Amino acid sequence: MFVYCDNAATTPICKPALDAMLPWLETGYGNASGFYKKAREAKKALEGARRTAASCLGVAPEALYFTSGGTESDNWALKGACEAGGHIAVSAVEHHAVLHTAQYLKKRGHPLSVVPVDGDGLIHAETLVKALRPDTAIVSVIYANNEIGTVQPVAGLARAVKEYSKKILFHTDAIQAAGHIPLDISKDIDMLSLSAHKFGGPKGVGALYIKADVKLPPLLHGGGHERGKRSTTENVAGAAGLAAALDYMCQNRDNFARRTASLRDKLVEGILSAVPYSSLTGSREYRLPGNASFVFAAVEGESLVLQLDLMGVAASSGSACSSAALDPSHVLLAIGLPHEKAHGSLRLTVGHENTEEEIDYVIQSVKTAVERCRNMSPLWDAKKGEPLHVH
Amino acid sequence: MYTDCVMDHFNNPRNMGEVEGYNAEGTVGNAKCGDIMRMTMRIEDGVVKDVMFKTFGCGAAVATSSIATEMVKGKTVEEALALTNKAVVEALEGLPPQKMHCSVLAEEAIKAAIASYREKTPDLT
Repeated sequence: MFVYCDNAATTPICKPALDAMLPWLETGYGNASGFYKKAREAKKALEGARRTAASCLGVAPEALYFTSGGTESDNWALKGACEAGGHIAVSAVEHHAVLHTAQYLKKRGHPLSVVPVDGDGLIHAETLVKALRPDTAIVSVIYANNEIGTVQPVAGLARAVKEYSKKILFHTDAIQAAGHIPLDISKDIDMLSLSAHKFGGPKGVGALYIKADVKLPPLLHGGGHERGKRSTTENVAGAAGLAAALDYMCQNRDNFARRTASLRDKLVEGILSAVPYSSLTGSREYRLPGNASFVFAAVEGESLVLQLDLMGVAASSGSACSSAALDPSHVLLAIGLPHEKAHGSLRLTVGHENTEEEIDYVIQSVKTAVERCRNMSPLWDAKKGEPLHVH
Repeated sequence: MYTDCVMDHFNNPRNMGEVEGYNAEGTVGNAKCGDIMRMTMRIEDGVVKDVMFKTFGCGAAVATSSIATEMVKGKTVEEALALTNKAVVEALEGLPPQKMHCSVLAEEAIKAAIASYREKTPDLT
């Protein structure tokens, strides 16, 4: 049995996206900037994809720019927003695409504030506003966290920032959220990043929403594509795939979200009751429908992922024993977990394509995998069935 | 990212557990860093008669512990002390760069176990 439970890492491509892409990979290879028929057809498909995606998001098509993915969108937003200098504020639970970009900018002389979160991973408006300064150029807050699935009150946070100063740009990384939950793209949100492969689209294509009155300098200079904002020959197949996947998700969102959340709840309850000394990380209430993230005492996350792989379950961990610093995920530390607990993390992210039967199998597999790891762990008392050092 | 040899030792760890009636014990690493290795041995007549490990850590930590026990079992204490992390890595056909510290931990665990034995039984060494 193989069960895919890593939908936050990437999703299988959906049929509508594949169908929408194929013509532009086969015969529709024209360069969308050309003047002949093949080029005009490609251009038409590109602009059609832009309109479809924009309509799903409830924004103007002219405000949507295709990029190579979420990381590029995040880089563009941050680097562009503080080109003229200024302070940056980001939450403590940002994806590396934002956090490492902000840290890079800090090295280039931009003061950086990392805004703390509560135990559920939620950012509070008053905490965010406290971090703002007269010279703040941009605030970036992740819409929904990739590790623990916490969904932020983004519109409220953006409003609080604008009440402090209209001059500050507000960006949100909505890469985990787009397609899965309704996005509230209020007038206070200046920029929003998304990535196609997180919602059934292809890898290598994303988008950045830039509100009409925001003057963001380009990240890529060249032939003047995307109305001079983002040069490089347009990825027509990618854009078509992104739009088709987003449309498919938006059309079916309530249905998919309900189904996914019910599978997730079954998974969470099943694991918490089957595995002693386990706990859920992140908010129960403000949570992505597909995210189930845990920590297990006396177990190291990477080993757990490898054990699950042996049983055919694809999962991931924020243990990041692979990081050079040996630090576990910054997100788990930000919600207040001590290092030793954060090393025992497991993230299972389900999608609407998973089945009840698969969830039952995953619960059993996690139970077995944790037992195997604990059996091997010098931190576990096998006789008593409890951790030796409860921190 | 792991070699077949590393995965083999992870999937079928050798000498996992605790030696009954052990007379040497070494625990190295700490939970904060995400790696703890504990080696127990029975040393008789200057020879590592039996050795077992318990490890809290990543795949590389488990594999290095497993192969290190194989490499010192039946060896004299002097031979066991001469085991280097480099030899452990070579035996595993390589480790990713960020996992090299795991092999150091295996070497340290063996040295710590033997040191504990020598402390308890100074006359016999």
